[in-house]
Amino acid sequence: MSRGWRIFLFVFGAAGLAAAFAALSLPLPGPSSLRSRYLEAINSRTVPERHATDAVSAVNFDYRGFDTLGEEFILFVSVSGAMVLLREGREQHGKLLPDGMARGREVAGSDAVRLWVLAMLAPKILFGLYVVTHGQLTPGGGFQGGVILATAAFILYLGDGFDCFRRVVPHGLVEIGEAMGAGGYVAIGLLAFLSGREFLTNFLPLGRPGQVTAAGTMPVISLLTGLEVTAGFTLLMFSFLQETLTPKEDIDE
Amino acid sequence: MVEVLQAAILILLAAAGTGVVLTRDHGQQVIGVSFFGFLLTLLFTVYQAPDVALSEIVVGAVALPLMVLLAHASTERHGREQRRRREHSQS
Repeated sequence: MSRGWRIFLFVFGAAGLAAAFAALSLPLPGPSSLRSRYLEAINSRTVPERHATDAVSAVNFDYRGFDTLGEEFILFVSVSGAMVLLREGREQHGKLLPDGMARGREVAGSDAVRLWVLAMLAPKILFGLYVVTHGQLTPGGGFQGGVILATAAFILYLGDGFDCFRRVVPHGLVEIGEAMGAGGYVAIGLLAFLSGREFLTNFLPLGRPGQVTAAGTMPVISLLTGLEVTAGFTLLMFSFLQETLTPKEDIDE
Repeated sequence: MVEVLQAAILILLAAAGTGVVLTRDHGQQVIGVSFFGFLLTLLFTVYQAPDVALSEIVVGAVALPLMVLLAHASTERHGREQRRRREHSQS
């Protein structure tokens, strides 16, 4: 096919796509005039029914808690899959454990970077914990806070390399944490059965709206999600960083 | 006023997205995609969706570029090793 033909076909297709897109999206209401029944129902019920002031978290961790459970397991399975794939590569090289590994072309952080890492570490952890624990009150929750907490582990690598990362991050504990985060979510759902209610029903006392302990099972689920996400991302980094290191004999050659 | 801000961010997003697609070097592309995620965060903020904005900034501007960089470094290393092995068998 000649170049002219290809361009003609592209322009023809792109024009059709643009026309179809415009025809579909122009009649839609603008973002400020959007009023749906679901929106009204959720906005008017989350505080009186669930004592949660953040409607989005109430949907994520309570009304649609089952969907979030699925999403959490998507992350769990992806992390497990990535780890299995990377482990296979290590076994092929006959190197399962990091002891035989040495630094490849790793560049150690400068003093300025190290100082910055030291200064940022504690505020980062505090902020991550704040986002995890205040999901039911303000925007945020286990997922967002979990990633923030995981980046706290990562800036350790930025500042002082993989040796420091490996020393500070307890690999075994992180693995257990990931499993507990995923399993704990299911356990909370199953606990509702004990009182004869449906899976993932909010069965804990609701407390006063605006308090950290308000909204029953929501802060618990948020905490467990935070644990799972922090551990999952840390494990991913651990496996990848280990992968980028070169076996010792390769350097000696 | 808000409409102007929304339009400006939407145009910037289109430009940044095109830029990411047209970048060929993976290292530079990662920085571009991170900036794209940051712009998306701004968009969600001006559309009054702070929850999604928070998710977007942790995933789009931090987690995704990080994972792409790590995967890139890991495949680079495999490439180096394979090249070395090939040279080894030839000599």
